[in-house]
Amino acid sequence: MTVEQIVFLIMAVVTLGAALMVVTERRIVRSALWLILALFSVAVLYALLSAGFFAVVQVVVYIGAIAVLFIFAAMLTRKSMQDVGPQVNTGWPAAALIGAVVFLSLSWMLSRWTSFAALPPAFADDTPTLSQLGVALVSPDAYVIPFEIASVLLVAAMVGALYAAWGKKS
Amino acid sequence: MTFLADPITFIAEWLRNLLVGWGLSAGWVTLIMKLVGVAVVGSFGLIVVIFLIWLERKVAARFQQRLGPNRVGPYGLLQTIADVIKIFTKEHITPRGVDVVVYNIAPLLSVAAVVLLWAVIPFTSKAVGADLNVGVLYLVAVGALGTLAILMAGWASNNKYALLGAFRTVAQMVSYEVPMVLALLVPVLLSGTMGVNGIVQAQRVAYLVVSPLAALLFFVSSLAEIGRTPFDLMEGESEIVAGFHIEYSGLKFGMFFVGEFLHAFTVSALFAALFLGGWRGWGAQQYPILGFFYFMGKTFLTYFVVMWVRSTLPRVRIDHMLNFNWKFLTPVGLVLLVATAVVQKILLVSGVSLWGMTLTHLLVNVLIGWAAMRLVMAREARRPRRQPVAQPRPVARPPKTTQA
Repeated sequence: MTVEQIVFLIMAVVTLGAALMVVTERRIVRSALWLILALFSVAVLYALLSAGFFAVVQVVVYIGAIAVLFIFAAMLTRKSMQDVGPQVNTGWPAAALIGAVVFLSLSWMLSRWTSFAALPPAFADDTPTLSQLGVALVSPDAYVIPFEIASVLLVAAMVGALYAAWGKKS
Repeated sequence: MTFLADPITFIAEWLRNLLVGWGLSAGWVTLIMKLVGVAVVGSFGLIVVIFLIWLERKVAARFQQRLGPNRVGPYGLLQTIADVIKIFTKEHITPRGVDVVVYNIAPLLSVAAVVLLWAVIPFTSKAVGADLNVGVLYLVAVGALGTLAILMAGWASNNKYALLGAFRTVAQMVSYEVPMVLALLVPVLLSGTMGVNGIVQAQRVAYLVVSPLAALLFFVSSLAEIGRTPFDLMEGESEIVAGFHIEYSGLKFGMFFVGEFLHAFTVSALFAALFLGGWRGWGAQQYPILGFFYFMGKTFLTYFVVMWVRSTLPRVRIDHMLNFNWKFLTPVGLVLLVATAVVQKILLVSGVSLWGMTLTHLLVNVLIGWAAMRLVMAREARRPRRQPVAQPRPVARPPKTTQA
């Protein structure tokens, strides 16, 4: 086993364990902290795939913004320490069904996939992957249309947030 | 001569040859070298704190016309060592009712989040922990971990003042991240790389001269990020007792303290690297060790300004702090970013000389800064003045009596 494989196995166990703790932990802030651990280990997996940019963006966006927002909302709305309520709501059979279907289809796909032992292919050219990504995002024969659509979506979300937060001035 | 010119690379090469000589495979040698590098860079940061605390106390004392520590050792230099020994002997208290695991992880994370920043700081032209090509983004990502540490401390302490401190932290650190990222993008645009060492190498003219407005934005927002006196609302002793670290004592409190000091120094180092030209200076390419001294000189100069601000300004009020961020720093940062991008592209296409570029950018910066100040002042002139709370009242006099 190479060092990379050992790190991958450790991080995979950490990711799955943390994800399990997210749904089984009773205190909601701790569950958000477990979520942070899970997201962080996914960032490590990105780094292992030599996608450093995605690893860093994962930490900035998911841990720095989204998870902090989760914790903040939970801290504002719950009593800080005694937070024990029912862990499931009435929609759990539907959620279990969807989860099972997704899990089974993913397992089926992976069972038919043969190239587990394949090594990652070398990059075609030597320019840093980051600048390749940047060029691909804005070049017309690559991803410019999805990129622009995502930008429009984000602007719409921002306008919506502004509208919701503006309030009614009497 | 090689040793004198670049001792860090020399020692690293010697160690690598030694390990290879012992018959280790290349992968393990790289791993060991990286671990040694992590230990060296991390220890450098943590040991420099001992000196920084002494420096801070001495300089703050001079600002307040005192002498500062002067009993233990020459000029009180050993005072911090004594304090460190004292804090190590204190009991580790975990109060009842706290969330034990989170409570104990938070101080570790707050120090780790700062030490991690040292990974991308270029000390000399050769010695840089990890020359990531996303270095600037990495700085932002690690900053987020610092916010998280304070949030965890505030929540796990099970104390309302700690929780209030954590709320203020989110309001402050998350907001000030926005102008900081905008200001960080300006050196990225100017140099065309996100690696910190690449930015240092690209600074033939220090970016403080090219884009003083970006430097100011970065400086102010990083002052807010480190949470020192003009922006120390999250611990505000007079308002929320001590904020997020109210329940911490002994070494655990000490770790927050170390984290804060080291963060202030780290931010100074980043300012030196991104805006003052880092290790650049006379002969630094040829003799990398000189670069280390230039870099440290610039860092300590910036750190002095940080201390100066700390001992001069009072704490800002929370609504002023947020208004200043969202209504002044962020719009200025957005305008500056767009203007710099457009101007830089035009200049690159038209092929102006280095001095032409510098002067044009400087002019654009001065114009934007001037326009922003004019807008603020015009708005301030239009604002209705509120009556002062304590009006001078007519003095009560005894009624005039008409006596016959």
